[in-house]
Amino acid sequence: MESASSKAEALRLQILKAESELEALRSQLEEFEAQPVPQNASPGPVFNAQSRDWKWPLKEDEYARYGRQLILPTVGIQGQLRLKSTSVLIVGAGGLGCPAAAYLAGAGVGTLGIVDGDAVEESNLHRQIAHSTAKLGQRKVDSLGHYCETLNPEVCIVTHATHLTPDNAEGIVSKFDLVLDCTDHPTSRYLISDICVLLQKPLVSASALRTDGQLIVLNNPAEPQGSLGGGPCYRCVFPKPPPPESVVSCGEGGILGPVVGVMGVLQALEAIKLISAGVGAQPKNPHAPALLLFSASGPTTFRSMRMRGRRTNCFACSASSTLSLAALKSGLLDYVQFCGVAAPVSVLRPEERIAAAAYNKLLGQNPELPHILLDVREKEHYDIASIPGAVNVPFSSFQLRKTDSEHPKPDWLPGDLPYDAPIYVVCRVGNDSQLVTRILKEMGLDGGGKRFIGDIRGGMRAWKQEVDDTTPFT
Amino acid sequence: MSVDSQMSTGTGPAAQDAVALHEQPKISIVVEFSGGLEMLFSDQRRHSLSIPAVDKDGRPATVAFLIDYLCRNTMKDSRQELFVLEDHLRPGILVLINDADWELEGEESYEIQNGDNILFVSTLHGG
Ligand SMILES: [Zn+2]
Repeated sequence: MESASSKAEALRLQILKAESELEALRSQLEEFEAQPVPQNASPGPVFNAQSRDWKWPLKEDEYARYGRQLILPTVGIQGQLRLKSTSVLIVGAGGLGCPAAAYLAGAGVGTLGIVDGDAVEESNLHRQIAHSTAKLGQRKVDSLGHYCETLNPEVCIVTHATHLTPDNAEGIVSKFDLVLDCTDHPTSRYLISDICVLLQKPLVSASALRTDGQLIVLNNPAEPQGSLGGGPCYRCVFPKPPPPESVVSCGEGGILGPVVGVMGVLQALEAIKLISAGVGAQPKNPHAPALLLFSASGPTTFRSMRMRGRRTNCFACSASSTLSLAALKSGLLDYVQFCGVAAPVSVLRPEERIAAAAYNKLLGQNPELPHILLDVREKEHYDIASIPGAVNVPFSSFQLRKTDSEHPKPDWLPGDLPYDAPIYVVCRVGNDSQLVTRILKEMGLDGGGKRFIGDIRGGMRAWKQEVDDTTPFT
Repeated sequence: MSVDSQMSTGTGPAAQDAVALHEQPKISIVVEFSGGLEMLFSDQRRHSLSIPAVDKDGRPATVAFLIDYLCRNTMKDSRQELFVLEDHLRPGILVLINDADWELEGEESYEIQNGDNILFVSTLHGG
């Protein structure tokens, strides 16, 4: 049959082709065998230089890129492969998140997730090293994501331009193996800890303020709720949130760039150590959880503190916990309410307050008006910019405990000031000034109502807005 | 019987305590503050203190006793609520006894030993 004969013809051609290929291979082999064999060479397969089949676990340029850390026992090829197959989530693209992300991208983690809902502001730039002047106004996740991509194109960057919320937390966090808390408020810290407990993710938590920093690895090992073999969670260490009045932000308290930078770098370091050893692997020598304290101004720069394990009655990670993904998602946990909000100070009556513009007008009409303007901000603020004629008596100095000789005449009060000359009090935004006004009246400085004592409503911020917009506001 | 002037650094109730405890031995400890708490204690992070070894009932000085002692004698700021709330340390402050969480040592009931280092740390939240 025709089809059978044409098939036979095709097979004959195939055999011929294979035979000629076989011939070529035999002659190649003869050539190699004709070459002298090096004396020390062990018998076995010899590398075929003509076919450059890649048979190493990392890509060629990765050996060059990671060579310096590959040769460390802490990492090694095994650790590098683990880094490459691990995904890390960074919550907060600020002073902690920037250096942490940079070092993790540099080290070659497989996937780096970044969560932040904010945009880059000028006041961020002294410490949030991945953002630059050119990126002002950009979303922080885009700025930091781009920085990491240019640093290491091997890393897959996943960005979420939102704040973490009870609603989106599960969806975002579940895709990652390890979480870094680089946020700046108790509400987010409790939320991140809770979702890490529920999804069994280890959590590297750090914080910084002024010249101090704190670092702790939580939920490591990330055992299920109720297992006392797991590491403590944030709630084990801090079962109750601090009163909102005691929470000081970087904007209010200040922060030195390298201080928060050190803490972010340490977070990356802890993450790399955890991943290289194998996330979820039982550590060979489990050590007690430790809190690392950093202080740029104290007598000891670094101090490590031994911490407790899981709390048997922890709200989140104990056997009796009612925390669940469903409860979280349904909004049963109100983190803002849990942590509280500092109530705005309102202790003065309207007639005890004066607008910044009104004070300025008063002085304009009568430049010789006998009076005192007390600036109760801390000295550093006062030194930067103040209202002409203002006398600096910091708020904290009004907090000194009264001695037995009650209410001595304050030394800032000139002896020749008329008994009815008014005292105006100004602070940063108009909270402390109200409290000081109250204190001055309690000291009896208003002479039973003969002297006006009141504050400038809205403080220096209002002065800038209403009177002199050149005034630097800090 | 004369009152040792070194015993009393404070006034009011503290001074009375000092009189009552005159015969009692003292222990020397180092108390440190960090995380902003130092601002309540004369902006000084490290205080070398000599405190009574026993309380007014003759029981060994505990951390609870120390907290009360600090409020009466060492704190010069009137904002006590930033350190103590409802007779206990305010939430958000950790106590570390000789570099260990006080919860490993018995918390408020830990009996202070001569030479102890007790560190009060306010948690930070900034980032
Ligand atoms: Zn817990």
